[in-house]
Amino acid sequence: MNVNYMLSFIIVLALCLLSYLGGEAPGLRYLFGIAIPYLAIVIFIFGFISRVMGWARSAVPFRIPTTCGQQKSLPWIKPNRIDNPFSKSAVILRMILEIVCFRSLFRNTRMAFKNTKTGMRIAYDWEIFLWVAALAFHYTFLVVLLRHLRFFFDPVPFCIQILEFFDGFLKIEFLSNVIQVGLPGIYISGVILLAAVTFLFLRRIFSPKVRYISLPADFFPLFLIMGIAITGIMMRYFTKVDIVGIKEFTMGLVSFSPALPEGVGGLFYVHIFLVSVLLAYFPSSKLMHLGGIFLSPTRNMTADTRATRHVNPWNHPVKVHTYEQYEDEFREKMIEAGLPVEKKE
Amino acid sequence: MNDKKLIITGVIIFIFILIFPFLYNLGGTTEFIDPVLSEKAKAAKFCVVPKEDMKVEHMQILDVWRDTVVRKGERVYVNSDGKKFTMSLSTGENSCLGCHNNKAEFCDRCHDYASVRPYCWDCHTDPKEIK
Repeated sequence: MNVNYMLSFIIVLALCLLSYLGGEAPGLRYLFGIAIPYLAIVIFIFGFISRVMGWARSAVPFRIPTTCGQQKSLPWIKPNRIDNPFSKSAVILRMILEIVCFRSLFRNTRMAFKNTKTGMRIAYDWEIFLWVAALAFHYTFLVVLLRHLRFFFDPVPFCIQILEFFDGFLKIEFLSNVIQVGLPGIYISGVILLAAVTFLFLRRIFSPKVRYISLPADFFPLFLIMGIAITGIMMRYFTKVDIVGIKEFTMGLVSFSPALPEGVGGLFYVHIFLVSVLLAYFPSSKLMHLGGIFLSPTRNMTADTRATRHVNPWNHPVKVHTYEQYEDEFREKMIEAGLPVEKKE
Repeated sequence: MNDKKLIITGVIIFIFILIFPFLYNLGGTTEFIDPVLSEKAKAAKFCVVPKEDMKVEHMQILDVWRDTVVRKGERVYVNSDGKKFTMSLSTGENSCLGCHNNKAEFCDRCHDYASVRPYCWDCHTDPKEIK
């Protein structure tokens, strides 16, 4: 038992219960269904902007790109163009690979003692599973997010329909007298999302070193996303909801004429409340790496420190007295005293 | 520094994408028109199971029906009231479409609205659409 994840778990559980009650109690539906989602979006937008603008204002006194390859130097030494980017275009390529493929995470290694012929030795293993799970998690989350756009557009755009088609491509069905799964068609993204977020959680629990550095702020979003995924999957495949009623509700939200859906149970309110909490929590949390990854100075700067001088733009102008000026001032005296000068009149 | 301009541009694009659904629907949304019950269905007054269950469970019922008909060869469904129904989607007057004879106004209206593409019609046809 660990206070860090228990605390997060209890908070998320309390949020679930709270919103379930809110959804079941007619008087609170307006609050949980309409007021809180709007508030969450406003907090998200303004929080996001203020966070990013705060970063934009901070000084970049040095160039601190990390390098994973040979810098461009002498013509006969082969430079590594992506891992030690010299030009803007190389930086852009590096950033695209970073954002789209999580390239830094791909290099993730694990340090451990290993039994070798010469005794116990420290060894560094390539550890790919975090990268796989992170990639699966982020991309399925994106697909799930985009799929939900069907609730906000009427008619549903063709690109969303295409996405739904490929997401539901596998047509997994399991029908028995007791349990029937598969209709409506199973979206593989939802299943992978839940699996990946579970892996990311278990990793923090079972790896002692990762557990030690994990805080409630690490577990909280995981539980939150788990809760969102579970309630979504429950509604779609098991308890079933009136999907047309919900779309009428979401269309109302998005066109600023909200009306509560009738006959939609507490589970839907849990879902929408957890999403609202996630949105409101987002700007003040580690989840801001969504914006932060674009601003990571070790990735997005050219590694041309030996070729170009980086001037901190926030430096106030310093009055300097260069050697040339010095010599101009004292040349005659220097010549008189027999000191060497660069320019003799 | 010129990075600031770049960052502001990025943030503006992000916020625009974020609020795009709101902007898109600013002109108001088309109101959903409820599916129409055909005269025949209205006269029958009941479906195989109560309306509310039918609303959320019809796809599973139909799928179980399909398996029962195709794999077991049974064509009669008995509901909880003991009433018997022919298990068929589109064949004959006692099939689903025999009673709900307005697919476009009944099935498709909700399916189109919620972007659901049932694969019923991969194999079945609406008898009316053929004529």
